[in-house]
Amino acid sequence: MTPLPSPEEIKTLIEAGVPGATVTVIANGSPSAQHSLLLDHEHARAVAEFLRDHAELKLDFCSLVTGVDWPDTETTAKVKGKKLVAGPDGVEQEQEVEETRKTKVPGYLEAVYHLFSMGKKHGPVVLRLRTANRTDGTHLPSLTPVWRSAEFQEREAFDLYGIVFDGHPDLRRILMWDGFVDYPMRKDYVPPEDDILVTGVKA
Amino acid sequence: MDLEPIAGPGELLEVSMGPHHPSTHGVFRMDVRLDGERVVRLKPVFGYLHRNHEKIAEKGAYLAAIPYTDRLDYLCSMTNNWGYVLAVEKLAGIQVPERAEYIRVIVAELTRFQNHAGLVGFLLQDMGASGTPLMYAFREREKVLDLFESLSGARMMCNYMRFGGVRVDCSAEWLDEVRQLVGVLPRFLDEFENLLRANEILMARTQGTGVLPRELAINAGVTGPMLRASGVNYDIRKVDKYGIYDRFKFGVPLGEHGDVYDRYMMRILEMRESVKILEQALRDIPAGPVIDPKVRLRGLRPKVGEAYGRIESPKGELGFFLISDGSGNPYRYRVRPPCMINLTILEDMCLGENIADTVIILGSVDIVLGEVDR
Repeated sequence: MTPLPSPEEIKTLIEAGVPGATVTVIANGSPSAQHSLLLDHEHARAVAEFLRDHAELKLDFCSLVTGVDWPDTETTAKVKGKKLVAGPDGVEQEQEVEETRKTKVPGYLEAVYHLFSMGKKHGPVVLRLRTANRTDGTHLPSLTPVWRSAEFQEREAFDLYGIVFDGHPDLRRILMWDGFVDYPMRKDYVPPEDDILVTGVKA
Repeated sequence: MDLEPIAGPGELLEVSMGPHHPSTHGVFRMDVRLDGERVVRLKPVFGYLHRNHEKIAEKGAYLAAIPYTDRLDYLCSMTNNWGYVLAVEKLAGIQVPERAEYIRVIVAELTRFQNHAGLVGFLLQDMGASGTPLMYAFREREKVLDLFESLSGARMMCNYMRFGGVRVDCSAEWLDEVRQLVGVLPRFLDEFENLLRANEILMARTQGTGVLPRELAINAGVTGPMLRASGVNYDIRKVDKYGIYDRFKFGVPLGEHGDVYDRYMMRILEMRESVKILEQALRDIPAGPVIDPKVRLRGLRPKVGEAYGRIESPKGELGFFLISDGSGNPYRYRVRPPCMINLTILEDMCLGENIADTVIILGSVDIVLGEVDR
C-alpha cells in the first residue's frame, strides 16, 4: 500500500494539472479523518480524468457514489446591537439590546464519490459536487464517462434524490418505477397515505 | 413493459426474461434483444424488492440498523453486520477486543464458505446439472447454518455483531464444533471438485463464455471473485487489513481469462483459502471480553463527521458510508452494494453470446436481490 498524498497535496496537484479548477478541502471531524475535495462543475470531468490517469495517484476505481440532501435551513442567531430606547424620563438613550435574527441558508443536493486505486492499493479520496439548489438547479456533470461504475449509482442518485447528471448515457429511474414522480430519499419527502389499513380502501 | 411486435424473418426479437424466471436468482428482469439466438442488447431491470433500506436506517438509531443489514444479502448476514459495524467504529473511533475480532473472522469465513458453496451449486443448476451438486452444497451449508443458530439464535438473520464487538461470547463447545466441521471441509471440497472438475459439459459451456476484460472490470468497479477472475489482485482483506486479517497466511486466487469458468474456479479456490484462515483463527483465538463495556450501544451519538468502512464480503466490496450530524441516528446511511455494481457490465459480458448462456453468465455474477434492490 503506497501512502496517499494528503488532501491539501492532492488539491495542489489538481490545481497544477487542471488549469482553472477550483478545489476546496472540506475537513471531516470524525476519527476516520476522511477529508473530501469539493469540485466546481465546469472542471469536474477534467479533474476526474486527471485523478484517474495521474501516475502517482492512479485512482482507477470509483467505488461509491452517494447522493446527499441538505435542505434549506434557518439559523437563529442572537445579535447584539444598539438602539435608541426611551428612558424613564422620556429622553431617548442609546442602549444595548439583544435581538434574534433569522437567516435563511439555501440547501443543496450533493454527490459524493469515493475513489480508490486498484493498482496502487490506496484510498479513499473523496470528491464532492454540489448543486446550485434543490429545486430548479439540480444539475451536476456526470462522471460515468470516466468511471463506468458510476453508471447505476448515478441513476440511483437521480432516482432517489433528483440529481440530474448531464452527460450520463442512460439516465432513467432504476429502483422506483418509471411513472413515479417524487424523490423518496429527500429529507422532506412525505410518503403517500396508501396504507390499506389506514385508508380502508384499495389504493 | 413495452414489447415490440413479434419479429418476422430476419428481424430482431425482444424477450423479457423475468421478473419471475427460474434462472434469474430472484425477482429480476432482463430485457433481451435477440438476433436469432445471439444477444444484441440486454438491459437489466430491477427494483422489485426495493424497500428503501437506506431511508429506514436513517430514521432509526445506529443500533437499530443492524438487523436490517441482515436482510441486504440475506445469505451472508454475518458479513453484512461486519461491514456496518466497521463503518460505525470508524465514525465513532471505537476499539474492538481481540477475542471479538477472532470470532468475527471465524463467522465471516464460515459465511464466505457457505455462500460460495451455494453459488457453485446454483451455477451448476443453471447449467442443467439439476439437483445433485446443489444438494451436496446445501448439505454443507446446512452445517454452517446450524453453527450460526447455536451461536446467535438465528440461522440466516443472525443480527450478531455490535459496534465494539459481538453480541454474545461463543462457548468452548461451539468452538470445538467449528473445529470438527473445519476438519471435514477439505474432504467435502475434494469430493465436490472430483464431481465436477473434469466434467466436459461444464468446461464446454463455461470456458470462453462471458469474458470480462481486466480494464473494463476495474473501470466498472467490479469487485470480489468476479474481479479476481479477470486477473486483478485486489482483495480488501489484504489491501485494508481490516480486523486482524494481517495475522493470517492465506492466498488470493487469481484467474487468467475472466470467463465463467474462471469465476466458478475462484469460488472453489477461495473456499480452500477460507478453510486455511479458519484453521489459524481457531488455533489462535484468545480468551477475554467480546465487547467493550464502555461502548454506548443504545445512545450512540458520534461527533459530526463522516466515515466510509468496507469489507471483502463473499460477493465483493461491501461498504457503508455514514454521515453523522451529531444526533442519535445517521444523517446519511449509504450501502455500497457489490451485487448491484457487479451487474453494471452484465450487458457487456452477454453481447454476442447465446441466449442460453446469459443464464449462466448471470449465475456467475452471484447476485442476491435483497442487496441489489435494497
